[in-house]
Amino acid sequence: MNHRSRPTPDPSLQRGLARRRRRGSLATPGITRRGTLQASGLAAAALALSACGVQGQQRDPAQDADFWEGKERTGSLRFANWPLYMDSDRTQLLQFTESTGTEVVYKEDVQEAAPFFGQIQPKLANGDDTGYDMFVLPNGFELAKLIELGYLVQLDHTRLPNFTEYAGEAYKNTTYDPGNRYTVPYASGITGIAYNPEFVDREITSIADLWDPEFAGKVGMMSDAQEIANFGLLRNGVNPADSTPQDWEAAAEALREQRDAGIVRAYYQQDFIQPLTNGDLWMTMAFSGDIYQQNAEEGTNLKFVVPEEGATLWTDCMMIPFTSQAPVDAIELMNFLYEPEINAGLTEYIAYITPIPYVQEVIAEWAASESGTERGQALAEMAESPLVFPTEEEYQRLHNYVNTPAAEQDEFASLFHAVTQS
Amino acid sequence: MSNREYTPYVLVLPAWVWLALFFVVPIGGMLSLSLTTGDVITGFQQSFEVGNYVDAVSTYWEQIVRSLFYGACATVLCVVIGYPMAYWIAFRGGTHKSTYLLLILLPFFVSFVLRTISWRFLLADNGVLLGPLKSIGLIPADLAVLNSSPAVILGLAYNFLPFMVLPIYAVLERMDARIVEAAHDLYAGRIQAFLRVILPVSLPGVFAGVLMTFIPTSSDYINSSVLGGTHNTMIGNVIQTQYLVNNNYPIASAITFVLMGLLLVGIFSYARALGTERVMEVHT
Repeated sequence: MNHRSRPTPDPSLQRGLARRRRRGSLATPGITRRGTLQASGLAAAALALSACGVQGQQRDPAQDADFWEGKERTGSLRFANWPLYMDSDRTQLLQFTESTGTEVVYKEDVQEAAPFFGQIQPKLANGDDTGYDMFVLPNGFELAKLIELGYLVQLDHTRLPNFTEYAGEAYKNTTYDPGNRYTVPYASGITGIAYNPEFVDREITSIADLWDPEFAGKVGMMSDAQEIANFGLLRNGVNPADSTPQDWEAAAEALREQRDAGIVRAYYQQDFIQPLTNGDLWMTMAFSGDIYQQNAEEGTNLKFVVPEEGATLWTDCMMIPFTSQAPVDAIELMNFLYEPEINAGLTEYIAYITPIPYVQEVIAEWAASESGTERGQALAEMAESPLVFPTEEEYQRLHNYVNTPAAEQDEFASLFHAVTQS
Repeated sequence: MSNREYTPYVLVLPAWVWLALFFVVPIGGMLSLSLTTGDVITGFQQSFEVGNYVDAVSTYWEQIVRSLFYGACATVLCVVIGYPMAYWIAFRGGTHKSTYLLLILLPFFVSFVLRTISWRFLLADNGVLLGPLKSIGLIPADLAVLNSSPAVILGLAYNFLPFMVLPIYAVLERMDARIVEAAHDLYAGRIQAFLRVILPVSLPGVFAGVLMTFIPTSSDYINSSVLGGTHNTMIGNVIQTQYLVNNNYPIASAITFVLMGLLLVGIFSYARALGTERVMEVHT
């Protein structure tokens, strides 16, 4: 055979398309010997591959009982965090290096929780280094999976004296990690309601306002299953911590009604600020820190409320994977970030809620010592802000996400994604 | 056999290796994955669970149909907008043809996501487009375009327009102008010359353009998530969520294969309807 005599530019396309055409009928193409061979070859390949599907590898956390024994400081630490979660000079890390001598490689590699989990999970399943000695993830599905898979180091609380001394009660006994066995909070935030008083001419106080037909087409909700679930539950008067699968169904139904009545404009991730300022949205589920920063930096007058039915307190947590190369350095940094003076600097920059109530006093002191300056003014406002330092009464109304065991996550997520991904 | 006869095979070898490694292997893996059951904690076991496909179609048929519909609308828009553009550049572009082509490609130097996000500013309720029209009372004050089907379709058409313009342009540009003269010599008017000479000659370009816009637009997920509202979810968004958020790899893979199957059936029916032989003849 001399194939060079057939200079066809795109043989596969021509064969596939032209041959059938020449046959001239719409009848199904006959099964050829070659076709059968190809198909069986593919099937064999698929069979071979099925052996190497995705393995789940649960570790037994008991094997970590003496994890900390004989572990030494290494002098270098790789820390993955979310963007804009520390100033660009990395002030707190420089202070840490000065105090301990440990150099920190800081990477803003956590952009979204689920893809980050997808990135580290196969490595942890193999027992490989993830490239990070510690990282920060929210108290959501991914954290629950990491704990359940046994991929996180149990923290040695004798090495975390600052946490024991300074952390607020709301951050010590959480539903997602009772007793802080695997995590300590980095920063928290409230998911509440933000509204633009330019367009909304009454005071918004309730989740029920998000269902008010008066605002049809101008209401934003969040697309995240856990976030929107809490609002559906609270609207129905159910405490997320005690909710049952029947409550989830009812919450999803309420949210579906809100959507189909044309009240919801769209479901947002974190991109609700711009539509809220330009009037595309009049009110929306929102994160406290985003509203605080927007008002502080752009001079806008957006309102943020913790609705009377309650709101969500989420927490970004620091944790150490069991393949960490520098667990001692990591836990030292955790402890260091719980020094009130250090934490105050961090809080001043990120404007989210600190797990250390005492930081409010530190910031107020700083404000007093710098009164008259622009920074002093900003610090004074921050010390007074319930968005950064919620009141006791507000804490009473704040709930964690629904605590879903990994086995129920799929059902839970599907239920609420059916609402947001219509 | 002489060495000369092996040469084409050797030359095409990298392409085969490439395809085998980066297409056949992943596709085989995905196919296998689409038939598994389990979760990310306990692992996914091969159980030849065809039910995944039933689940995928019964749960998401609405998003699948919508994606094909949005893709078709965007493709038609691209033909309507892109054909005259390509025609004009090919026949009236003169010495500046390459400049015009560059202008068409220029937006591609900006990230796809950013380009789409900028449409939020364009289409905002009181933005640069609707704001002035509302203030002179041409459209109702409460009209919203952003977060609706039209917004998603417009975004898709905008983002994929060059994929329609370029293949049509390539065909028209190569066309021998003398056949148009011949048509006029045979007493064809301008419309007749276009319909009976230029259009048939350019069909292979349109064919290629339609493939290159319909396939990516109907599987796109950026436009829907940035410009869409409620009831605008496309199947790409579902796949993304199932894969990256829920780690439900079997369902995500099953939807992927359903979409792929539908697109292939669509393409072959389309090729048949358009008269493939003629398309191929023009190419060779």
